[in-house]
Amino acid sequence: MTIRLAGIIFGLVLTGILVLWAMIPGIINYASPEHPDYYAFQEDNIQPAGGFAFDGPLGKWDYAQLQRGYQVYKQVCSACHSMKYVAFRNLEQLGYTEAEVRAEAASWNVPGIDPDTGETTTRPGEPTDYFPSPYPNETAARAANNNAYPPDLSLITKARPDGSHYVYSLLQGYTEPDPEDLKKSPNFETPPGLYFNEYFYNINIAMPPQLYPDLITYADGTEATQEQMAQDVAAFLTWTAEPSLVARKQTGWFVIGFLAFATALAFLSYKQIWAGKKKKKKA
Amino acid sequence: MSFAWAKQYEPKSDFTKWVDEKLPIPRMVYNAIGGGYPVPRNLNYMWNFGVLAGFFLMVQIITGVVLAMHYTSGVDSAFGSIEHIMRNVNYGWMLRYAHANGASFFFIVIYMHIFRGLFYSSYKAPREMIWLLGVVIFLLMMATAFMGYVLPWGQMSFWGAKVITGLFGAIPFVGEPLQIWLVGGYAPNAATLSRFFSLHFLLPFVIAGVVILHIWALHIPGSSNPTGVEVKAESDTVPFHPYYTAKDGWFLGLVLIIFSLFVFFAPNVLGHPDNYIEANPLSTPAHIVPEWYFLPFYAILRAFTADLTIPFTGIVLVEAKLLGVIAMFGSILVWFFLPWLDKSPVRSGSYRPLFARFFWFGFIPCFAVLMYVGGAPAEEPYVLLSQVATAYYFLHFLVILPIVSQIEKPKPLPFSITQAVLGHKEGDGTSDGGGDTPGKVVKPLPGGSPDGSLQPAE
Repeated sequence: MTIRLAGIIFGLVLTGILVLWAMIPGIINYASPEHPDYYAFQEDNIQPAGGFAFDGPLGKWDYAQLQRGYQVYKQVCSACHSMKYVAFRNLEQLGYTEAEVRAEAASWNVPGIDPDTGETTTRPGEPTDYFPSPYPNETAARAANNNAYPPDLSLITKARPDGSHYVYSLLQGYTEPDPEDLKKSPNFETPPGLYFNEYFYNINIAMPPQLYPDLITYADGTEATQEQMAQDVAAFLTWTAEPSLVARKQTGWFVIGFLAFATALAFLSYKQIWAGKKKKKKA
Repeated sequence: MSFAWAKQYEPKSDFTKWVDEKLPIPRMVYNAIGGGYPVPRNLNYMWNFGVLAGFFLMVQIITGVVLAMHYTSGVDSAFGSIEHIMRNVNYGWMLRYAHANGASFFFIVIYMHIFRGLFYSSYKAPREMIWLLGVVIFLLMMATAFMGYVLPWGQMSFWGAKVITGLFGAIPFVGEPLQIWLVGGYAPNAATLSRFFSLHFLLPFVIAGVVILHIWALHIPGSSNPTGVEVKAESDTVPFHPYYTAKDGWFLGLVLIIFSLFVFFAPNVLGHPDNYIEANPLSTPAHIVPEWYFLPFYAILRAFTADLTIPFTGIVLVEAKLLGVIAMFGSILVWFFLPWLDKSPVRSGSYRPLFARFFWFGFIPCFAVLMYVGGAPAEEPYVLLSQVATAYYFLHFLVILPIVSQIEKPKPLPFSITQAVLGHKEGDGTSDGGGDTPGKVVKPLPGGSPDGSLQPAE
């Protein structure tokens, strides 16, 4: 009895404090949340027509696309963005041969040590090297980019909600503000040095627009439209974020197939074992 | 510790006889989860989740031990070592995704297990100790899961650790020194990561130890059942093996299929993208949210938005943060007192119409709302919702439950488990639903019934 009485008193006191001091003043001062001034411009991510090849439970890599995406990374993104968790040897998974990977690695300069003097220097990459950072450190990166730090791209599609579509949308999101949206947010402005992008979380992004039609010449002859390059590099960055994505889904089918078979057998044996213990149905 | 009709272990070969004489482990296993443990025959699928929880504890320990072979707990290397596991370790991605989603599934089955206990009053005499040990396991799980989430040293790891360890700073007088001592500094740092790794490795084995006590305590009165009527005769029970091993077995397969759907096809949906960004003490994420299984308690923490003051004087008696911390810990500690708060002589919610109404239309929606608003930004209307749900949560356990258990008129109970399963034969003298009044059947709860149905064999 004492416990219940103490419980009732404690419960009433605690909820009393909550209701009288927090909830009722909260209702009296009820205010709808104030949206930041960029709120009206935010858009949902777009996706390529027909989706990505790796979408869905049966998704597969489109190796030609991944190779094109790598070309975009190398010729455009890598000027500012590092990719430190990916090694040159990983490129073999994109369909390149061992010799091609060796040659590709050698076309990059990676930090090294001069064997004669011990001084830091650069040397051609080996397949076992990881992709080098374009800047020696964060301070240098910020100094070169108007105090913005270009994020590492190894994991970018997993580090943003709906990442593959986000990258695809962001690269094509440099538009003029919609006049309708401007009416809703009259105080909104894009400061000098930043760029309007309706897929960036606060709309004003430090990265200038990067992809212009025919900016690069694809090795496989595909026409380099802005949409094509955005799609290719989004696919490539999905691969860098999770090289095991397709293997994972394929393993999943095998595992679930086995489990379904084993569970069906287990269910039948359960039925048989319990047959005598269940209530007999009336005939 | 079993019913008189429990089957006895009989070693077949000379070797098993020899083992049985020296160290009767096979006998212990036989009596614990084999043919030697008689279990009520009418358990429904809600009774499967205990075995599943034990299974997921094993999954977590096995995957975790292997992951620990590849993980490093330095602030500069932890994040990279996770990527090393994902990219370079053979099937490392599978181990890590199984471990991350395994934690979620551990909590899913534990919540089902707890809700089962709440609805069927599994906490009532003579099973109070099982319930108390269960709450201890739940608290240990929360500590383990929290520290595990810090280990990848992503943004949510760091800021989650900062928020949760900051709660200790709300304790009067000793708060700040206590927080600095726990964290090993003013903010999460290298010392924090190493000690969390050490404790994250240790605590699962402590959990396993308490699980053994939990099962030990279970085997003294035996399992509860959906009618809440105690076992009276051998016909009320079936041996655990093969009956419940078969039932648990196929249900485990079903749950593993759902688990695999997450691990192989949606391994990151229960996580947070920000944790794929390496921890940065200089950059605070827009929304700091814990893992989904902590959200209800996080909502209770945040519901207290105002200091307790003496009105019109501005004198602060208790700060809002401390109120939130008291409420958050209180929301779980209140479970320790449940066996004594709920005095209804009837166990099963199926025979308690008023209690069942409060359970299904009060407690369950309240818990769901708390989980939802725990993940929502701290703005209206979510704050108001969290306050309503928090108020109901405490009223449910501390006020409604004690009062309902006094005033409600339970439905008639079946005479026995066998009768509940098979129905009674026509014209055998008992009326439909059992001739006994609930009071008559359930009255001798605390001690065991006078007809000896609850007495241990020895």
